[in-house]
Amino acid sequence: MAREIGEPREAKSSKVKQQKKRRSKKESKTRTVHANILYDHAKGDDNPNRHYANNKIKTTKYTLLSFLPKNLFEQFHRFANVYFVFIALLNFVPVVNAFQPELALAPVVFILSVTAIKDLWEDYRRHRSDKEINHMDCLVYSRTERRYVEKYWKELRVGDFVRLRCNEILPADVLLLSSSDPDRLCHIETATLDGETNLKQRQVVRSFLDLDCEFDPCKYNSVIECEKPNNDLNRFRGYIIHRNGRRDGLYKDNLLLRGCTVRNTEEALGIVIYAGHETKAMLNNNGPRYKRSKLERQMNVDVFWCVIILLVMCLFCAIGHGLWMYQYGDKRPVFDVLSPEGTDLSPALSAIYLFLTLIIVFQVLVPISLFVSIEIVKICQVYFIHQDMELYDEETDSQLQCRALNITEDLGQVQYIFSDKTGTLTENKMVFRRCTVAGVEYSHDANARRLAMYQEMDSEEEECTSHGGTLPRRDSVTSHQSAKVVLRSQSTKSHRRTGSRAEAKRASILSKHTAFSSPMEKDITPDPELLEKVNDCASQMEFMRFHSQPFSHLPSDLSDIIDFFIALTICNTVVVSSPNQPRQKVRRFELKSPVKTIEDFIKRFTPSRLTSGSNSSSSSSLVTTRSASHKACSSILSSPSAESTLTKLDEERSRGGTLDHAFSPVPPSYDETKSLIQEEGELRYEAESPDEAALVYAARAYKCSLVGRLPDQVTVELPHLGKLNFELLHTLGFDSTRKRMSVVVKHPLTDQITVYTKGADSVIMDLISPPATDHSKGKRQRKILFKTQNYLNVYAADGLRTLCIAKKVLSKEEYASWLRRHLEAETAIQGREELLFESALRLETNLHLLGATGIEDRLQDGVPETIASLRKAGLQIWVLTGDKQETAINIAYACKLLDPEEEIITLNAESQEACAVLLEESLHYIQAKFLCNASTDQHASRVYHQDYSALHVPAPACSPYASLHTVPFLVHRLGLVIDGRTLAYALEKSLEDKFLAVARSCRSVLCCRSTPLQKSKVVKLVRNKLKVMTLAIGDGANDVSMIQVADVGVGISGQEGMQAVMASDFALPRFRNLQKLLLVHGHWCYSRLANMILYFFYKNAMFVALIFWYQFYCGFSGSAMIDQWYLIFFNLMFSAFPQLITATLDKDVSAATLQDLPQLYMNGQNSEEYKPYMFWMNMIDAFYQSLVCFFIPYFAYSDSDVDLFTWGTPITTLALLTILLHLGIETKTWTWMNWASIVFSVCLFFTVALCYNASCPTCYSPSNPYWTMQRLLTDPLFYLLCVITPITALLPRYFYRACQGTLFPSPVHIGRQLDKLPTEIRRHLLSQTRVKLGSLGALFASRSSSFAFSRPLTKQSQRQEKAVAPPQPKSTEVTDTPRSSKHPENHLGPSQKKEKRSHSQSQRSRVSALTDLLDNTQGPLRGPSLTDTDTLPYTRELPRTGPVLEPATLTAAVESSDHAWVTSTPLLPQTECIQLTLSRPGVSPVIPNERSSESGLSSDQRFLSQEDRMEHTQTSDCPKENTLKTTFL
Amino acid sequence: MMASSYNAKEEDGHHSGASGPGSSTVKSRKPDNTAFKQQRLPAWQPILTAGTVLPAFFVIGLIFIPIGIGLYVTSNNIKEFEIDYTGIDMSSPCFNCSQSFSWNSSVPCKCSLAFSLDQPFESNVFMYYGLSNFYQNHRRYVKSRDDSQLNGDSFSLTNPSKECEPYRTSENKPIAPCGAIANSLFNDTLELFYIDPNGTRTPIPLIKKGIAWWTDKHVKFRNPGGNNSNLTAIFQGTSKPVNWRKPVYELDTDPENNGFINEDFIVWMRTAALPTFRKLYRIIQKKNNMTPTLPRGNYTLEVTYNYPVRSFEGRKRMILSTISWMGGKNPFLGIAYITVGSVCFFLGVVLLIIHHKYGNRNNSSDIPN
Repeated sequence: MAREIGEPREAKSSKVKQQKKRRSKKESKTRTVHANILYDHAKGDDNPNRHYANNKIKTTKYTLLSFLPKNLFEQFHRFANVYFVFIALLNFVPVVNAFQPELALAPVVFILSVTAIKDLWEDYRRHRSDKEINHMDCLVYSRTERRYVEKYWKELRVGDFVRLRCNEILPADVLLLSSSDPDRLCHIETATLDGETNLKQRQVVRSFLDLDCEFDPCKYNSVIECEKPNNDLNRFRGYIIHRNGRRDGLYKDNLLLRGCTVRNTEEALGIVIYAGHETKAMLNNNGPRYKRSKLERQMNVDVFWCVIILLVMCLFCAIGHGLWMYQYGDKRPVFDVLSPEGTDLSPALSAIYLFLTLIIVFQVLVPISLFVSIEIVKICQVYFIHQDMELYDEETDSQLQCRALNITEDLGQVQYIFSDKTGTLTENKMVFRRCTVAGVEYSHDANARRLAMYQEMDSEEEECTSHGGTLPRRDSVTSHQSAKVVLRSQSTKSHRRTGSRAEAKRASILSKHTAFSSPMEKDITPDPELLEKVNDCASQMEFMRFHSQPFSHLPSDLSDIIDFFIALTICNTVVVSSPNQPRQKVRRFELKSPVKTIEDFIKRFTPSRLTSGSNSSSSSSLVTTRSASHKACSSILSSPSAESTLTKLDEERSRGGTLDHAFSPVPPSYDETKSLIQEEGELRYEAESPDEAALVYAARAYKCSLVGRLPDQVTVELPHLGKLNFELLHTLGFDSTRKRMSVVVKHPLTDQITVYTKGADSVIMDLISPPATDHSKGKRQRKILFKTQNYLNVYAADGLRTLCIAKKVLSKEEYASWLRRHLEAETAIQGREELLFESALRLETNLHLLGATGIEDRLQDGVPETIASLRKAGLQIWVLTGDKQETAINIAYACKLLDPEEEIITLNAESQEACAVLLEESLHYIQAKFLCNASTDQHASRVYHQDYSALHVPAPACSPYASLHTVPFLVHRLGLVIDGRTLAYALEKSLEDKFLAVARSCRSVLCCRSTPLQKSKVVKLVRNKLKVMTLAIGDGANDVSMIQVADVGVGISGQEGMQAVMASDFALPRFRNLQKLLLVHGHWCYSRLANMILYFFYKNAMFVALIFWYQFYCGFSGSAMIDQWYLIFFNLMFSAFPQLITATLDKDVSAATLQDLPQLYMNGQNSEEYKPYMFWMNMIDAFYQSLVCFFIPYFAYSDSDVDLFTWGTPITTLALLTILLHLGIETKTWTWMNWASIVFSVCLFFTVALCYNASCPTCYSPSNPYWTMQRLLTDPLFYLLCVITPITALLPRYFYRACQGTLFPSPVHIGRQLDKLPTEIRRHLLSQTRVKLGSLGALFASRSSSFAFSRPLTKQSQRQEKAVAPPQPKSTEVTDTPRSSKHPENHLGPSQKKEKRSHSQSQRSRVSALTDLLDNTQGPLRGPSLTDTDTLPYTRELPRTGPVLEPATLTAAVESSDHAWVTSTPLLPQTECIQLTLSRPGVSPVIPNERSSESGLSSDQRFLSQEDRMEHTQTSDCPKENTLKTTFL
Repeated sequence: MMASSYNAKEEDGHHSGASGPGSSTVKSRKPDNTAFKQQRLPAWQPILTAGTVLPAFFVIGLIFIPIGIGLYVTSNNIKEFEIDYTGIDMSSPCFNCSQSFSWNSSVPCKCSLAFSLDQPFESNVFMYYGLSNFYQNHRRYVKSRDDSQLNGDSFSLTNPSKECEPYRTSENKPIAPCGAIANSLFNDTLELFYIDPNGTRTPIPLIKKGIAWWTDKHVKFRNPGGNNSNLTAIFQGTSKPVNWRKPVYELDTDPENNGFINEDFIVWMRTAALPTFRKLYRIIQKKNNMTPTLPRGNYTLEVTYNYPVRSFEGRKRMILSTISWMGGKNPFLGIAYITVGSVCFFLGVVLLIIHHKYGNRNNSSDIPN
């Protein structure tokens, strides 16, 4: 479906360009679209649409005819190929030729054809996918047949009318003209575009909104003017001009984009606006950058050096030859043959000819076969990565896909990872985990167990395909599936047409469930205690209702519970649908139900549709769409009726009595619906955001289920009470500034006007009405508040998304007065948004806290472990997400990206200047922190300053491990959180350096609310400025640009669309696979290729040098003692296989060890295997070896009757043996294939030589090797040479390797030694890695040649390792005892970070007070901690022990103001922090109080565990520990 | 871990077999769990450390040194005599002859050199002529021949290859044999006389057959015209190489050694690898077991001096040598073996020291005691 999008389309872009050019002459800046049916021919001259691109896409590069020339042309873009062809052609010039010209062509032809075949195959694949897409069907209105007929996608043209059915993929960008939906909406799923699975609403063009009858294309005669094709997915502007001259605006809400899927809408009609390559989806994909791996770039430098060496050698020989000839003067020696013409060659001319000849002879030095070999090896590597079972995901039956064949080794050199969050780190499945109501926590242990079971199921990966399982959970799965059979068959049908089975399967998986309704999300196991309470409460209420008692008699905790669930059920925008009519809204029936009473009538037209549309500022399209649609309706309908409501209200107030109608039996229409529902099975909820769905499902688990939603009323089914209709008065939609949403309803039981509010804990807690101080109720209230806050902290620490639920009861008077002003706001012309916003603020005050929920955005399996392990591997991980800040932070904590003990810098700025100031401040802050450390470590400060001043010069690299000559940049234990808007400012040219300076010194960076473009900008910035290897991983189309920009793009081929996958270089089923992909395959690929490249250089140099030495003995005449056949085929045949086998199969360290010791990954990051000096070392070794191989035979045969080729053949043999044995030394694992390949190579050489030497006595001039090899094989001298020469040649290398292995083993070497140990010992060793890691880090550091930096390097590596290592025990602790409140002082960090005054948007750095506190108390410790590696483990422990040991001080500090916290720190540089923290809104004093008391409560328990830990740490030697403790105390 | 993955695979197989019609058509993409595909091939993983390579060094040392000694002894047992007859010195008998630069002066210049052998040559003696500074391996020189012509191809006889230029035609007639190599054929004649203690000069029989490779003589080089023994007729219409005194069919009287299959010619055509080379000229066969082939005493070398070498500062030598299983006298290989063996042994000792000093350091940090 969206496959085309990821494909390279250079051809396309040029095509589009051409068309654009052509068109630009004709039209101005807009595109005018007429309906095609007005014209005879779509392409006819009169059709104004004829110039627009049609819907056929073509992403192939070649056609059958153009393949050969075009492909050759492209191949000759590669310098190497040109060079080799040049040399081959040079051979045809008689004066300079060295070989038989035809023979010299062989390697070039071979290489070109291999590449051509590969290209052909790739292009064929593209062609097939294009064809598949072009031949998908869609319904197009036919002028002649006057009905919709099936047409291929490619036949679609701009101006065509298309009919879209449910679950159909949009073939082009279509303007929505009609929809079967009663609200004239069309729901689309944009998963393929932006990765979001939830539904988006698109609206029919306004002019066609009130069309009662079916839309008739024949009657359409309007003209559409819109902007030219552009790639902005979120923008579409234009207007439609009707025949009568009326103009209506068109917005992005009217446009359905290609690649999206129509959902939930039976039928939609539209007119094609953009087609084919001009659709937004296609334009959004600028062709992928040609990726050349880092290793290859490095290699190219060395190839360049090879060319230089070659030229030097040739020049040397040429001069030598000239001099040699010159010395004979006029006495021409008999062996100096005249030129063919019989003329005398002057020495100079002869030298010039010789120069060219030698270039031919020495051509092997520039490794022609290297390029082909690399390609072959990479294909093999890709094959093995493909075949890895651990990278296979049974659930989706997807395995890793390598889509880029040429950057496998980059996987081993990545330094920065940029990750998407939703769908990448998380499963994008929100699951209700636990809740607290009225201060009582319901831990939902059973639910947790259930989730754990899913987890197991995931890991077992076998459950999903099985039928007839015995587990009850499984039953629900199957029933769910069976219910969807209709849908599935329907959808698969539509997908069958695509031809691709895999795609169809994936699509069926996609459509199988409504968004956010996998069984895991739906089937919530209720907490028995709470369930009982709900039942209890409901029955009491029923009783009361029966006895007409006022509900105020209900115990407050019980009423809280029922209110809590009602709030969960109705405080949302969830739409109910029933499964038999897939995604068909139930409300259609309801709308047709007759209006029964006047009240009803009035009710229907109360201004409940008016929502606070204050969120147009937010980029979320969900809310805007909805509110916009409502606005559209209401502007026509509601204004007069709003007045009537007011009057009605007044009336009611005067009556003051209770209305019976709330208790009236459920209207018959509902019964109808109900029976329908009962028949069809359960209801399904269409939610706009996953957590809404989760909450509704959670409430349903408590029998409090949402059964219907009308624009003005919500129906809820409660146990015992049956169905209740809540009159929906207002919906104040969610927006990111308020961070909450509210509904105003009329409670049917109490008949009170009730506001239910749901929102982020930080905002809700501030809005809770302060508890009365005097009586017991107030006390209880306060207690509930404390407890809830406490649980919220626990939830947050567990990585749950927390939401607070509150309610407020309005008296009629209050409501009336509010309503009045609200209506004013709604009708205001100027500043309506602000007024509505304020209106919402007025309503949401003095709330009564009901409870809080903890929703888990379930992380994918193994994400925290993967992140920890990748961190250990020296990778910097940044998360770039479009999600809102709180969610992102929560997830970051959950996946251990952020550490609760880490300080977090939050950057939220509203303007460029503010952002600048903010960055400046943060820099100062970091610097200040750093300076206080620097007081103990001067060296470190110097490093920092160097770097800071060097920022404007493009800093070479950020990672301390990057390379030797880079300035190490200390990565602090800091987290940076930045939101999209600020990011936009920070990415400006003027600020990007500062931003980078801040970001790179943070351990983790989190960019929230970032657009796809920003994502790619960030990646680009880091990549270009820091000169590091970047990897971007994501799953949705919003990650596509980032994936394309990064050095390595990884797509998650999960349930989301295929766009990211199409754009990616590698597609993984799961995030956790990244670990193996990078740590194991990346490492292997890198080390294999690096070694192979080095070996190749060596091999060629060694071989060529033999001939070079010979020039000294043949008058520099360019003569070669090696037969031309051997010369040409040596690389291609004789020495090729072993090296290919080794480069494909060699494993320096086993996969298990690589995963257990992620530090080994730094080997690749630092390019340890292939450093520039290694090239030269290899060259020197090659020259030495060739000297040996040349001079041993030379002396052995000196002054003998040996002839040229009888002497040259042994040398060739010796060189071959030496080269193979050299490979043997470098081979780390010898499988039978290695043995076989070496034996094969040797045998091949002798066989070929024997056959060749026996084949033709007169051919192969000039070598004429007849019977040479045969004779040699009878010569004992030959064997003697074969023994001594390779051994002598390899002696130094062998000796060096042995010494290296003993004296200064590399970490990889240690890893290999670990490999050899028996499993238990290895386990044991790895479990005590601490010592080991240190030594490993030290090893890395010690390898750096620069002495000055070796210390910080050591520090860095150790710090990083250790910093990451400890969280493991902690995480286990968390899961073991989920209920125990653990270290609240740590949990407060995140929760407080979230709190932010809603409308104070001034620039300020949001450094959490608590983390500040931790940090400040830690201040003196930090210094040594940074400088002294030994103390590091304790700096993590101490902040925890601190408050426990000294709770009194903490409490004191807490009870005093914010100020006191900061100023209590004696360190001077901390004044910087004061400035920062002062601007932060004060922490509500209640919470810290609570917290400290809480910490006091649980301190005993924690104290124990702390002591445990202390004991544990004491086991390893730490002389500083005592001093540290005292400093702290 | 491995076991579990095997299990998983089996179960997967069950599923794909047993599951419903929907999935039976869709083959699982799960990779095969084979050792090869999972990169788990059993492998030998040598780790190069001082400890592990120690034995190799000692073994090499222990093997090479005896071999070297053996080779050295063998080489020393070979008797070799060499005499330079270039005639550079005024005192040299051949000085006069060497002054001539001409290749084919009508009057051959003769000179004789006296020498004495200190030791008798027991077995077959090989007589070589040696040239120095003669770059027979020059690229253009090496190429300058036509193998098909030499193979007796009648077409090539009259149409020699272009490679032979500028020695392809002379006086509009094709040259046979063409090319620079043939043109510069060594044409000195060497004769050896034993001077009895009583003063009589006994000519030593020099065998001129069997000096070329068998394959060369019988396969590579053939006279044109098949069995026709009348070489003169066959070579009608061709010209002799410019530097030659006689045409190719007059190289020898023996029809088995005349024309292209003349062994002196064949030997010359096998271009030497290095600028200083020797070529087998004659063989002095051992008569019987009682008398040495060349007894101790005085000899005279009679040279018909035709071959000019002064233009390239060349030297001409005559070499007499016996031959062992490993060829001519060359002590180099023996010395090389001894040297390499000793070096290996020495390095072995060094490694031993390293191993003892540092080798355990790693292990102690790796392996808990």
